[in-house]
Amino acid sequence: MAEITFVESLRMTLKEEMERDPSLMLIGEDIGRYGGIFGVTKGLLEEFGPQRVRSAPISESAIIGSALGAAMTGIRTVAELMYIDFTPVAMDQIVNQAAKMCYMSGGKAKVPMVIRTQEGGGRGNAAQHSQCLEALFLHIPGLKIVMPSTPYDARGLLKTAIRDDNPVMFIEHKLLYASKGSIPEGEYLIPFGQADIKRKGKDVTIVAISYMVIVALRAAARLAEEGIEAEVIDLRTLVPMDFEAILKSVRNTNRVVIVHEGCRRGGIGAEIAAQIQEEAFDALDAPVERVGALNVPIPYSEPLENAVIPDEEDIVKAVKKVLYRS
Amino acid sequence: MTSRIDNKRCLKMYKQMLTIRRFEEKAIELFEHNLIRGNIHPCIGQEAVSVGACTPLRRDDFMVNTHRGHGNCIAKGADLKRMMAELFGKSTGYCKGKGGSMHIADFEGGNLGANGIVGGGLPIAAGAGIGIQNRGTDQVAVCFFGDGATNQGTFHESLNLAALWKLPVIFVCENNLYGLSTPVREAVSADHISDRAMAYGIPGMSIDGNDIIAVHTKMVEAVERARAGEGPTLLDCITYRFFGHFTGDPGKGITYRSKEEMGQWLERCPIKRFRERLIKEKRITEKMAKTMEANVTASIEEAVQFAKESPLPLPEEALQDLFH
Repeated sequence: MAEITFVESLRMTLKEEMERDPSLMLIGEDIGRYGGIFGVTKGLLEEFGPQRVRSAPISESAIIGSALGAAMTGIRTVAELMYIDFTPVAMDQIVNQAAKMCYMSGGKAKVPMVIRTQEGGGRGNAAQHSQCLEALFLHIPGLKIVMPSTPYDARGLLKTAIRDDNPVMFIEHKLLYASKGSIPEGEYLIPFGQADIKRKGKDVTIVAISYMVIVALRAAARLAEEGIEAEVIDLRTLVPMDFEAILKSVRNTNRVVIVHEGCRRGGIGAEIAAQIQEEAFDALDAPVERVGALNVPIPYSEPLENAVIPDEEDIVKAVKKVLYRS
Repeated sequence: MTSRIDNKRCLKMYKQMLTIRRFEEKAIELFEHNLIRGNIHPCIGQEAVSVGACTPLRRDDFMVNTHRGHGNCIAKGADLKRMMAELFGKSTGYCKGKGGSMHIADFEGGNLGANGIVGGGLPIAAGAGIGIQNRGTDQVAVCFFGDGATNQGTFHESLNLAALWKLPVIFVCENNLYGLSTPVREAVSADHISDRAMAYGIPGMSIDGNDIIAVHTKMVEAVERARAGEGPTLLDCITYRFFGHFTGDPGKGITYRSKEEMGQWLERCPIKRFRERLIKEKRITEKMAKTMEANVTASIEEAVQFAKESPLPLPEEALQDLFH
């Protein structure tokens, strides 16, 4: 078991997959000599050459669209968009083209492409470099969505994403890149639609994704000191979603808090809460709580950003609310 | 001018143009009888571009299409029956009834599909070019788009990318002088759409898109260039749609085009011109033309019959094919 960072895990996985599939191509801004803005692709150009590691001009639509065209014609592709905030620049290619190609063609188009990107605030990057936009993509049938929270999960999920024959949004979080974790020797894949219980508990279910899993685990540790045992479920993939895992836990704890960093309004919590009340209304001892960002753009100044993005304290409060404790 | 193209190819080109014309006329008629839903964007009048540009292609070459794309599908070798069935929304259609007029794709024939978004296909064609380059084959990708698409960011991004990486892509503008109702002179800042090629350092030329030989000749050069690894070309094929923008356009576009203008373009009908030329060069007789016409009409009727007799998809099929 080696201890490596999230970035190293991603890089190792890309390298292995490129060795495994000689046609696999990467395309994105500054991913060549520069190694990517977060260093994920460092060294890959030197190893695999400029046709397979295509450092593209700042043309997000062309990056996604050409990744799609290459994928449709048999070249498995990983496209990198530096920030998820740049996906709206390429939205037509993601939403109208990549997501619909298979369905629109009656299931004939095969689109083996991954869009790797990263999201999240906490570093003072302000409104156009800090958003969490996963809910936009959750709304679009035809996209799979992956949101890993650990180096271990990142590796197993990225392998599955690359080998999938459909467009996959692989959404990383900038605050996770330096985080470390253990990776076993040898290959492993994590199937989509399989949530991971990151902490067992009997009093309340906390459903979280991406960096918020880490924050939720911190909150759960604090709650444990007060005798509250929270179960933390890391969804890992939003599409497909392991709703069974949520249901199973909720039937056990009867209380649930959903945590995400995107805006509360129209966030993934709204969808999950709606499904819980449809499927397990009888199991609930309290209304479902949602923890998410305030409904404003992410501000620059530290106290403002902290006020907008959910933190440990917000999760603790929400848990106490569903437990009718304060 | 036709002398360099053999007889067989000339007659095949003529037959394809006729097929496109009859297919579109029939589709409009069926739409008017409520047998086809949504809308149709007929390419009547633009047949020389479709056939001129697709004739130099091989079956394994790729094609990216537009919303006004029935002609390009036919020219790239699509089966009329499966096309018509798609318009009817039947299970036997190219997309099992999930795509319709604007999304016919035929991957076996290199047709990567049409696009309902103006300019949406250009990056996809560039990507097909990347695929070809990475595989190291001598295929090419041809990208059709209208004059309107040349004002979209994707046009500029894709031409830049294709030029930068010398991708084997031929960008064929079906310049029918109007983006819906907006005349090209009110929408395009350049004198000619082909001028835009200069910005990317690639060859660009404006040609008479109603002269099939002119289109074919320039396309042959562009394809040779692409196969040789020398990069993309922009062909601005100036043409005219005799019908309006779509089946809902009043008076075939009379609200924004003058009767005189429409009349002048009818005089320049690409099929009529090619037919006159073939007769003049004694490549076809009136009798042969008539027989060919009858065969084309029969093949369209056969396609309609096939579509009519084909089953509709079952409601539960709506949930299928989301993922591969």
